[in-house]
Amino acid sequence: MMERLTVAERQQAMLITAVLALAGLILAIAGRNDPMGVHGWMTLFFAGGLFFVVGNALYAAEPTEDRTTSYYDDPTKVGILLSLFWAVVAMGMGVWVAAQLAWPDLRFDAAWSSFGRIRPVHTSGVIFGFGGNALIATSYHVMQRTSRARLAGHVSPWFVLLGFNLFCIIAASGYLMGITQSKEYAEPEWYADIWLVIVWVSYFVLYMRTLARRNEPHIYVANWYYMAFILVVAMLHIVNNLAVPASFSAAKSYSAFSGVQDAMTQWWYGHNAVAFFLTSGFLGMLYYFLPKRAERPIYSYRLSILSFWGIVFFYIWAGSHHLHYTAVPQWVQTLGMTFSVMLLVPSWASAGNALMTLNGAWGKVRDDATLRFMMVAAVFYGLSTFEGSFMAVRAVNSLSHYTDWTVGHVHAGAMGWVALITFGSIYALVPILWRRESMYSWKLVEWHFWLALIGTVIYVFAMWNSGIIQGLMWRTYTESGTLAYSFTDSLVAMHPYYVARTIGGAFFLTGAIIGAFNVIMTIRRVRQDTHELDYPTKSEAGEPAVPVAE
Amino acid sequence: MTILYLLIPVTILMGLTGLGAFFWTLKSHQYEDLAGDAERILHDDDTPMPPRKENVR
Repeated sequence: MMERLTVAERQQAMLITAVLALAGLILAIAGRNDPMGVHGWMTLFFAGGLFFVVGNALYAAEPTEDRTTSYYDDPTKVGILLSLFWAVVAMGMGVWVAAQLAWPDLRFDAAWSSFGRIRPVHTSGVIFGFGGNALIATSYHVMQRTSRARLAGHVSPWFVLLGFNLFCIIAASGYLMGITQSKEYAEPEWYADIWLVIVWVSYFVLYMRTLARRNEPHIYVANWYYMAFILVVAMLHIVNNLAVPASFSAAKSYSAFSGVQDAMTQWWYGHNAVAFFLTSGFLGMLYYFLPKRAERPIYSYRLSILSFWGIVFFYIWAGSHHLHYTAVPQWVQTLGMTFSVMLLVPSWASAGNALMTLNGAWGKVRDDATLRFMMVAAVFYGLSTFEGSFMAVRAVNSLSHYTDWTVGHVHAGAMGWVALITFGSIYALVPILWRRESMYSWKLVEWHFWLALIGTVIYVFAMWNSGIIQGLMWRTYTESGTLAYSFTDSLVAMHPYYVARTIGGAFFLTGAIIGAFNVIMTIRRVRQDTHELDYPTKSEAGEPAVPVAE
Repeated sequence: MTILYLLIPVTILMGLTGLGAFFWTLKSHQYEDLAGDAERILHDDDTPMPPRKENVR
């Protein structure tokens, strides 16, 4: 991989890793009496390792060919592999967390393995590790192809990808050590947050610079979805993580806001993280890989653009629906609820657009599990956005809030929509990226598809049942006006569903492991497809010059 | 709820950024050939086009 970089670029990479290693050393010394010091050492080893990897090849041969005549796919390839690695780790954590709820003894009495510590490893691992890496990798691919231009720069794509993974490692290991600022999906502490801002701004600059060199005048709609994802996530991350460190020698910090103000900021962030991390970016994937795989243009391109601007203007106001019946003013709750219901329009426009694109190509959907991944993802996108709008209505929320229904809803979106569209895109992308004829085994893709679908359905149905039972038990009163069930009664009632959820998750995890295996075998075992005819040709149609029968 | 004095302006600013971007797309003729734009991503030969002059360094 180093042979695609010039010596000047390698030196630049060494300089960056050296500065980062130094920052790690400072963090390690400053935080020597705190878990933060461990993160300093980890940063030092991470950056130091990269420093030597680059340094070892510093004076190796330089690229001789004209680099502008090909796309730069190395960071995309590494991103896809990292994404699959995080998928297996984080979904494995998810199954363990789910099993702990059914059988609490599975904690094995350690502090680091308690529910409160490994649950964020699961959530951050799947959202940022699996989803984030897949988004970065596919965005590199899509922006180059739709712009018909090579990535702007050779060091910055690596900086973004590897820098982001350093953030993920710091986040996950921090949770195990008990470092958290207790904000859902924004748990990492101040130094990790600052690092992510640097990485994320570089990502946005890279995206804009690549688009600026595009040879295609039109900016394809997928790029808009990716751009919104990058820009809005940056903004949300900065505002929600405004905090004052208790000291510069420890991880602990205090939020700049307090009480309900902090809750409002958190859910303004939290819901928009769902909107712009888990929706907008993955819609970018959908709008590129689904038409490509189906070999049909999107059903209504006009509608895809309309739904983009709809999502941009509506989503940002919906966050307060997470705070129904709290100290947040009624009108703020109503505002969030109204915009959540309005969101159904652009959401269903995208889901319907995807399905209508496949209308007339159902034969392909039947035969090709990769396309089926994308089709089912669009269906789950439609389902979970409907459910989301519905649950945001205050009256429905009074039943669903704080129950497993919410967990079921999130997983319908995360497993059914986000993960399935990602796996579909990965299966479409891997043979193209590594120039392989096809995936190693189409049967394993089928297996993955059905395991993922069965797992999702078991999981979601278990949580719907569990959530509604839980909600109803909590609001049942006796004739004398006291609560009919204790909290423990509701927990006992949940047990069978918690077992079912663990099983559903295990199905899904098995599928992901099969997927990772299939991708690795595709890279290692499948013959290179050079896109050339391997016999002499003369006519335009590519007919063999000598009849094959001779 | 003093937080709203921060969150609402930030949100409106983000909306205005979006609106600005939308106006830019109108001005720079992004929507002149929607059918062709949807179709063109399907035809690629997996190599970038030669860079435009202003990008050659």
